Amino acid sequence: MFALARNLRAAGVLGINQRNADFIAAYNPRHRYPLVDDKLLTKQMAIQAGIAVPELYGVVEIEHQIRELGTLLEQHGEFVVKPAHGSGGIGILVITGRIRQLFRKASGDFITQPELDHHISNTLSGLFSLGGAQDKALIEARVHFDPIFESVTYQGVPDVRIIVFRGVPVMAMVRLPTRASDGKANLHQGAIGAGIDMGTGRTLTAVCGNDVVAEHPDTHQPITGVEIPNWQTLLNIAARCHDLTGLGYVGVDLVLDRVRGPLMLELNARPGLNIQIANRCGLLQRLNIVEQEIEKLPTLEDRVGFAMREFMLH
Amino acid sequence: MNNRHLYILVALLVAVGLSIFLYKALRLDFPLSPEVASDAWQVEVKIEFEAHGEPVRAELRVPASRTSLPILNEYFVSRGFGRTTTRSDNQRMAIWSKRQAEGSQTLYYRALVEMRKSDDSTPAGRAPEIAKPRLRGADLIAATAILDEARQKSADLDTLIAQLAQRFENPSAQDEHVALLLHRRSSARERVERIVALLAMAESPARSVHGIHLNQVSRGSAEMSHWIEVWDQDQWRVYDGATGARGDIQDYLIFWRGAGQLVKVDGGDRLTWTLTMESVQLGGLSAAASRERLFSPDLWAFSLSSLPLATQNVYRILLLVPIGAFVILLMRNIIGFKTFGTFMPVLIALAFRETHLLAGIILFMVLVTLGLTIRFYLDRLKLLLVPRLAAVLIVVILLMLIVSIVCHRLGIESGLSVALFPMVIITMTIERMSIVWEERGPREAIQEGIGSLFASTLAFAAMSWNGLTHLITTFPELLLILLSVTLLLGRYSGYRLLELRRFKALAAGSK
Repeated sequence: MFALARNLRAAGVLGINQRNADFIAAYNPRHRYPLVDDKLLTKQMAIQAGIAVPELYGVVEIEHQIRELGTLLEQHGEFVVKPAHGSGGIGILVITGRIRQLFRKASGDFITQPELDHHISNTLSGLFSLGGAQDKALIEARVHFDPIFESVTYQGVPDVRIIVFRGVPVMAMVRLPTRASDGKANLHQGAIGAGIDMGTGRTLTAVCGNDVVAEHPDTHQPITGVEIPNWQTLLNIAARCHDLTGLGYVGVDLVLDRVRGPLMLELNARPGLNIQIANRCGLLQRLNIVEQEIEKLPTLEDRVGFAMREFMLH
Repeated sequence: MNNRHLYILVALLVAVGLSIFLYKALRLDFPLSPEVASDAWQVEVKIEFEAHGEPVRAELRVPASRTSLPILNEYFVSRGFGRTTTRSDNQRMAIWSKRQAEGSQTLYYRALVEMRKSDDSTPAGRAPEIAKPRLRGADLIAATAILDEARQKSADLDTLIAQLAQRFENPSAQDEHVALLLHRRSSARERVERIVALLAMAESPARSVHGIHLNQVSRGSAEMSHWIEVWDQDQWRVYDGATGARGDIQDYLIFWRGAGQLVKVDGGDRLTWTLTMESVQLGGLSAAASRERLFSPDLWAFSLSSLPLATQNVYRILLLVPIGAFVILLMRNIIGFKTFGTFMPVLIALAFRETHLLAGIILFMVLVTLGLTIRFYLDRLKLLLVPRLAAVLIVVILLMLIVSIVCHRLGIESGLSVALFPMVIITMTIERMSIVWEERGPREAIQEGIGSLFASTLAFAAMSWNGLTHLITTFPELLLILLSVTLLLGRYSGYRLLELRRFKALAAGSK
């Protein structure tokens, strides 16, 4: 057991305790948390800074507004309902279309207007939020993801998670929904995580659960070697998110929209550690390199360039 | 992060906690395990006399606490007497007084004395002054003769005292010297005083000691024994006044030293007194608490045992919560276990203490299962969150009531204790579990539920481990040490046990 711990230490694997103590507690000032915990604030901040985000159709803040939902949604055939304080993808409802009075969910099931209203009402009363406090529901545009991942996605939206440490992107992965994950892009729910070569934006090996997989279990297409277009733009957006939030250790979630290109979905002040499994590589070494070199990297271009050079696979 | 600050704080907490703990454990002999019982004696002096309508004043020489024989409790019982206790020249005295007393009077003094195996040899001091007895004429000649003869027959102090004691104790009929010094029916106390006087003539500082030997009988009337203390080579040596043998005053409850009597009554006559004693067993803890009150009143004033009993009992339970919380801390941050709610398992474990483990687990599962079923049904009604929570809470309480009634009907008494479950916690558990159930599937919900139950069981095991609970309730200062370990663990940045398994593939990849 101790030998295993030593091996992990040698491989530079970051554990939860160390992440919390040495990175989150040390580099993420508490008063900046609301910026990322409240997705509405994140969105507004991003829009102000000119970072592309999925279009916001409306916000439901009080129970009463639910009644007016029908008029708000009339003009939108498809949309996504999200809790502003949700975590781990809980409470996100994706509507891909409507037939008469019924809304079609991403899974293909239909729900009625009252069911939708109830879902939003639950969201408002804090069912999906971290502390169970009052919440808001965001209604935003559904993302039509880039066909690049078409072949390796089962329903849902694949997203790219980039860990940014002190403004330097250090590690990235793409999360691909599977049938098992019910269209959700969460690794612990069965989605596939594939590491990304920081230098080229090309996907590396993928893991599903704790197993290495070469092809998508549902579509049987190879996952490795998919090249993400505009990789540097993604890294730039991620690095800017650090500057905007002032969070030293942040996870940036991005999606590739077919039309609008890379969109920032949300930020996470406590990004998970599964990215290490997807990349089959520990985070600690990269974090240490950044800590040593950060003084020499004053501009955003420097930091992104540094990340692409330094963390590229040879 | 400034770790030095933390380490200093931790060192400070440990130092304070440990020193109070060691002081109580070593100096005050607080029992480290719950079974230790303490030997104690209950000593009673009963004083009876006749009063004749005059002012009465009765003096009783009472023992003082020593390290080896602390007096845990004292009672002074009388009817209509005022009572004070004085202390002068290391002599404690209880004084009862009454303006006017008529008829036969009874006074009681009762002391609870603990026997402790500890060394309390009289601290060395300066040699006391010798008070030369004022003997004149025939008395002086008789005393000198007895002394000379004893000296001739003895080699050292021990044998000298033995000689004197034996001669006074069993005087032969022809021994005129002794007959002169002692009256025909002299008491043991007077004989001891005589020996002390003779020793003073022999330039050996001596004094008499009066008290009772606590090992005589287990119960019944006790004899006052009179001993002699002789100053020899910087310390007092003790000799039995009757035999002159060297003795040990470890278990000798001293009432007074030097001349004087046990009881003196002014304004009354036909004085009699009786001594009784009884061996009793004390709980180790109560004895220790009384000792603490005796030896360090300041510490006692701020200790758990100074509180009213009902409050003490509340704290006996509350003091267990940190243990449970610590177990949860280990489970979550060191092992990496998932539970519903951070400290929910602690509260469930507290309930287990009342319901007992097996019954507790069954009741918990029954409640949660029934609650979940109803929660799923309520889900169809599309209720708002807070009303739904309130509804589940009401249902949970109704379920508890029904379970109690059914168990009572079936004669399963342990089912009644279901009422002790923290219903709000159960309600929240049901709610959280149903959300996990819907979001991540029944498998994860049941897994997390079993995890919580497992954590509760471990917390329960720690909280009902007798040795540990005894330590915490006896030495609440140990919580400072627990706190410091908790603080240290707050900076533990190593892997969690379950992470080792989670990242196992990465370790293999590095080789």
